[in-house]
Amino acid sequence: MLAFLARRLGASVVLLFVTSFVTFMLLSLANQDVGRQLLGINASPEAVAAKNASLGLDRPLLVQYADWLVRAAQGDFGRSWFSSEYVTVAIGNRLPVTLSLVIGVTVLTAVVGYLLGVWAGVRRGGIDRFVQVFSVAGYALPGFLVTIVIVIVFAVQLRWFPAIGYIPITQSVGGWLSTITLPVIALSISAIAGIAQQVRSSVIEVARADYIRTLATRGLPRRLILFRHVLRNASAPALTVLGMQFVGLLGGAVIVEQIFGLPGIGAMTIQYTTRGDVPVIMGLVMLSAVGVVIINLLVDLGIGWLLPKARIS
Amino acid sequence: MSQQAVIPTEEADAVGAAQTKAPGILRAIASRPLALAAAIVLLLIVVAVVLAPVIAPFGPNDAIPRNAFQGPQPGHWLGFDTAGRDVLSRLLHGGQNTLGGAVIALLVALAIGVPSGLLAGYYGGWFDSASNWVTNFVMSLPAMIVLLASRAVLGPTVWVLMVVLGFLVAPSFFRLVRGAVAAVRNELYVDAARVAGLPDWRIIGRHVLTVVRAPVIIQIALVAGIAIGLQAGLEFIGIGSGNIPTWGAMLNEAFTSFNRAPLLLVWPGLALGLTSAALVLLAAGIRDALDDRGAEVRGQTARERRDLVDERRRERGGTPADGRGALLSIRGLRVAYRQPSGPDVEVVHGVDLDVEPGQIVGLVGESGSGKSQTAFSVLGIIPEGGYIAGGSVLIKGAELVDAGRARAAAGRRALGYVPQEPMSNLDPSFTIGAQLTEPLRFGRRMSRAQARARILELLAAVEIADPERVFASYPHEISGGMAQRVLIAGALSTDPELIIADEPTTALDVTVQAEVLGILRRLRDERGVGVLIVTHNLGVVADLCDRVAVMSDGRVVERGDVSQVLTAPAEDYTKRLIGAVPDETIVRAPWREPALSGKENS
Repeated sequence: MLAFLARRLGASVVLLFVTSFVTFMLLSLANQDVGRQLLGINASPEAVAAKNASLGLDRPLLVQYADWLVRAAQGDFGRSWFSSEYVTVAIGNRLPVTLSLVIGVTVLTAVVGYLLGVWAGVRRGGIDRFVQVFSVAGYALPGFLVTIVIVIVFAVQLRWFPAIGYIPITQSVGGWLSTITLPVIALSISAIAGIAQQVRSSVIEVARADYIRTLATRGLPRRLILFRHVLRNASAPALTVLGMQFVGLLGGAVIVEQIFGLPGIGAMTIQYTTRGDVPVIMGLVMLSAVGVVIINLLVDLGIGWLLPKARIS
Repeated sequence: MSQQAVIPTEEADAVGAAQTKAPGILRAIASRPLALAAAIVLLLIVVAVVLAPVIAPFGPNDAIPRNAFQGPQPGHWLGFDTAGRDVLSRLLHGGQNTLGGAVIALLVALAIGVPSGLLAGYYGGWFDSASNWVTNFVMSLPAMIVLLASRAVLGPTVWVLMVVLGFLVAPSFFRLVRGAVAAVRNELYVDAARVAGLPDWRIIGRHVLTVVRAPVIIQIALVAGIAIGLQAGLEFIGIGSGNIPTWGAMLNEAFTSFNRAPLLLVWPGLALGLTSAALVLLAAGIRDALDDRGAEVRGQTARERRDLVDERRRERGGTPADGRGALLSIRGLRVAYRQPSGPDVEVVHGVDLDVEPGQIVGLVGESGSGKSQTAFSVLGIIPEGGYIAGGSVLIKGAELVDAGRARAAAGRRALGYVPQEPMSNLDPSFTIGAQLTEPLRFGRRMSRAQARARILELLAAVEIADPERVFASYPHEISGGMAQRVLIAGALSTDPELIIADEPTTALDVTVQAEVLGILRRLRDERGVGVLIVTHNLGVVADLCDRVAVMSDGRVVERGDVSQVLTAPAEDYTKRLIGAVPDETIVRAPWREPALSGKENS
């Protein structure tokens, strides 16, 4: 298990390195005349050159990247070109908002999706047909369209929740809940559909497995077989799907934060990519890459714990 | 004991069946009402959008400002938008950009994913490893973040972003094609084509492309839906190409003025939702039709099972046990299976069978003769969709058929089951010890230590040299022969009086087969258990059994003492079965553990 972990960690470091290199090169190639953009058309060529030099942009690209890499490895992602805010500070200010969303969605999805899936897979019948239809619908409708409908029904028409804005949990727990509930639900619907569908089919598949049949012939209570054997073996694929959904969740958060006016990482990404603020974009890309790496590692650990066989491969 | 009867199995036909089942995609669509409806809706939308310049009454940007926000009226069937533009015209023209963007993403993804998948799957090697690495890398990137970042690089043109999206979704095609190609590469008919000297490109074109066509079409529909959704989402939050009309941009405008004109949100929302839903339903429909899923036999619910038991009990008016005192006594057993359509199909037509204590009875027949179904009925593990349609099964005089779950379970306590495939019959997630001790700990309330001692004893009894090590091992850490001994120990753990073994040696090496049969014989000798052994192998019968029953087409055609049936068979069928035994041939290859990683690619 330790060797397995070490291997995965090594692969993650390579992944982060490649991501940072590719992103840095592409961004730098596109942003050729940053000093001019910053100072405006009327600035003198000397001033522009001085600005570029002060940002370190007059050096060869590889040197710039190496410099970035060394600093980033120490946790220093530099300052924004446009607002001279520290990248880490800017991200740190907005991270709690997005984390609230992501954690809320993941917990809600895991719990509701898992329960629905198990229920449908074990009971079959009406609840099974409901989960089937729900999962097709969740997949078929674009997430932001569902979000629009949710905003209109629950915020505009019923006025149960505010349509826009964010209250930090440190200020008021109730306020935080009221601003976070609709976005979390909006992001969770398709994820729940996906998890429920996956859990349902793996529960049905595992329940038909030879070893379940054999256990049943030894007079074990059905409940015990279901909870100890079927669910354990059926949970691994669901965990994989949950991990993949996390990658999609980062994208979904961009749109949902924009619609609900939440000052999170997603909204920040839109703002800074529009301006081509390379240090900030690098910070954001690395943040999401690290997020993905952590989630994948957790998923691998979880699967290794559930399925001993996975530990050796 | 090195002979095996050659009895035809279904496996040989699998390849032929796969070929004859050509993916008639149009037929598949037509066979599903929902898929057909989705296809028609999609076709209408595409035609209307393509013909937009012809059928749209106005240009997309023709504005009459004083008409802004006005509702539907003659000539402007969907009314005017926030700037006084005709909604219908804007919807039709906008569709060109929205659907066009999806087409670009698709073309890029197909152009990258399909050829690379073909190459990687067909040739393998370094290209396969490299492209797999790239695929995993790309798939771990959050698409939306990459799109936004590339917007910083490439400028705010939706078309360019759709090219990027094409790159991001190409891995899904790559994986699909690679998996399918790698699967058929070693099929016999592809080998034959290669031996016949066909050039690689013709083999790929003829055999491989036909295999991947259907899955690729399904994936196209799904990816188109994703592309449309993502693109519209980007435009909706205001990251678009400025004043080019698209459904996403229309939604954006309508959303900001929702209070004044809620209907404006409905039209682009409907267009987007319908297109997206039609694509997904179409994909699901084609897949279900080709897999013949959805036509899946519905399993019984608890209520249906209860009703069925009650009904049968009423029909029979209670079965008298007519003094049959054998360990196992089957009379007139019928087993039937529900069908997706049409009446149920009966596969066992009235079988009688007895096993006395201390007796080893062989139940032989070729694949599909109903021998395993008979054994499954006794054990209460008939596969989904199947049920006992009639007859009586007594264990030590207690009726199992229609007895209700609790009483049947009590009756079956005297049974132990030894299955066919050793590996697939052990739960891979638990150690051998954990799964073997469960019936003792939870069924018989033994303490952990007692159960452990008992199982170690049984593992030693089935001739396992190092019981402690096997007890602590996971199933993937032991060999197939070892696993079969473990399963025999598992069958013994409940102290059964009758062991039902379903082809217990088929999956094993020849030397291990003899040892396993030896164990069964010794158990009978030492413990006096009865054994019902289901097999297609007459060698096993000759070696082990006291009595034998020969099954064909769901009926017992001949029964008697082994020596009599094998040396002087009365029935033609039995004679043919005996005549079909070749000398010194092994029919089935030993069972090998399938690779775990193959699953990801499906």
